[in-house]
Amino acid sequence: MNAMLELESVHKSFGGLHVTQNVSFAVMPGEISAIIGPNGAGKTTLFNQITGHLQPNSGRILLKGQDVVGQSPQKIVAQGIGRAFQIASLFPDETVLDNVKVACLSKLDQTRRFWRPVQAFRQATDRAYSILEDLGLEKQADRLAFELAHGDQKLLDIGIALVLEPQLLLLDEPTAGMSPEERQRTRELIKKLWKAYELTLVFIEHDMDMVFGIAEKVRVLQLGALLAEGTPDEIRNNKEVVTAYLGEA
Amino acid sequence: MTMKPGPKFSAAVLWTLMIMGFALVPVLMSSSYQLNLASHVLVWGLFAVAFNMLWGVTGMLSFGQALYYGLGAYFVGLMVEYLGSAWYLPAIGIGMLAVAATSFLLGLLVIRVGGVYFTMLTLAFGQLAWQITFKWYDFTGGDDGIQGITAPGFLQNPIAYYYFLLVLVMLSMWILKRMAYSPFGLMLRCVRQNPERVRFLGRRVRRNQLRVYIVSSLFAGLAGSLMAGIDNSIHTDMFFWTTSGEVILMSVLGGLNQFFGPFVGAIAMIIIEDIVGAWTEYWSLIIGSLIMGMVILFPKGLVGELYHLKLRMMQPKAGRSE
Repeated sequence: MNAMLELESVHKSFGGLHVTQNVSFAVMPGEISAIIGPNGAGKTTLFNQITGHLQPNSGRILLKGQDVVGQSPQKIVAQGIGRAFQIASLFPDETVLDNVKVACLSKLDQTRRFWRPVQAFRQATDRAYSILEDLGLEKQADRLAFELAHGDQKLLDIGIALVLEPQLLLLDEPTAGMSPEERQRTRELIKKLWKAYELTLVFIEHDMDMVFGIAEKVRVLQLGALLAEGTPDEIRNNKEVVTAYLGEA
Repeated sequence: MTMKPGPKFSAAVLWTLMIMGFALVPVLMSSSYQLNLASHVLVWGLFAVAFNMLWGVTGMLSFGQALYYGLGAYFVGLMVEYLGSAWYLPAIGIGMLAVAATSFLLGLLVIRVGGVYFTMLTLAFGQLAWQITFKWYDFTGGDDGIQGITAPGFLQNPIAYYYFLLVLVMLSMWILKRMAYSPFGLMLRCVRQNPERVRFLGRRVRRNQLRVYIVSSLFAGLAGSLMAGIDNSIHTDMFFWTTSGEVILMSVLGGLNQFFGPFVGAIAMIIIEDIVGAWTEYWSLIIGSLIMGMVILFPKGLVGELYHLKLRMMQPKAGRSE
């Protein structure tokens, strides 16, 4: 089986600071996996290189076998990568519904339509509502995005990414800043979305319940290098990882 | 921009009241001066609303929209002067074509830079156009401007011209309002709030900025060409940076976040200028202080504050569920 995403010796440095060091791994289609590591390990930087927000100095990043290095985020998103951001990246002054809807209109290539009101575009509205229902946000559809609780803003961000029907979805700390109950809910939701949308899902996370609860595979980054890769059990019992990051339980 | 459209009927009531109000001016007026004032309100109102599509909606603060306002006016002025008043109406259309071409070409250049650089670049081009018009005395009349621009046929009658103006301005505002609430308008608001995310939806930020720059400039040009027939004269001041500044002030005064905000701002500004100007020669000092006071008292603008008052009254117990 061909990998959905494959990194080959990806290297990135800012001056003398090596933020990504010879990272290689392959993500299989349908896989749900986590990237963990201490703060500053280069997790988000790695995401930024995959989505074209940053260019690696060397190495290849293959999406479904195609090298995407050097392409703009816009081009890369069109090839099937979706991404939710560490800090929810929304349109704060628009309603929750319109946040998703603008993504639906983009997907349907209707954002140039300038005469009929947004409400008249039924296909986009229906699609947006169905996504909001999947996220459990449908009751908040008419609120403005900035009024939402922090956790709901992050869910909305995921919702916007889902609209574009990505095959590979990258989530950057989906539960960061959430209360324990919100984490629990988000954990289950993400697992549900992964199945329902048949996604290949890679998430960065510090919440170990989430990492060991839903990931099939865990990759550990430290100082920009891939320290370990394996099933949750293998990682839990890996001495190096325990010393570097997990700590003695 | 929070543009939740209210119930359909209230929008219809608003339009009806506004059009009726302006339509009754010639009937109720006690002097032709009031007609002149109302005409100015309509033209500036259109100019300000068109400008706000750029600033309030898309977040592009142009300090050079006077360029297109002046261009529209001078196309009418020069064509009537050199070719005769029969060219008045065609000149409006030709002027708009020229504005479309100019704003497309300049737009390609100015939208490449963002923020304050965009503002400075638009200012520079506006001032360039003013300099050319000012210096090219043989062709443009320079500082003398152009006088005796008369509209053809029945439009020479000020009341007929007023209704002609009213129809065109209201039609233009209707078109702009439809745009503001369409998917295109939503996309523009998204470009203002989070361009990075727009790119990650696979949409082009600059392409949308260019589109709205052309649309806004087109209607600024139309406003300028309509102005030529009100006082039957135009002046290089129409290109000057203070003209660009005037619509910025009107937008701030009325409220950037409401479609009709800049229009109300234009009404307020022109009435204040008229009243204050009548009793003191230090009118600009008084107006400056007044506007400062109003902006401090009503930071959301006149329409913005009204809108929020209405929201508060509709939800007496605004207990927010967090």
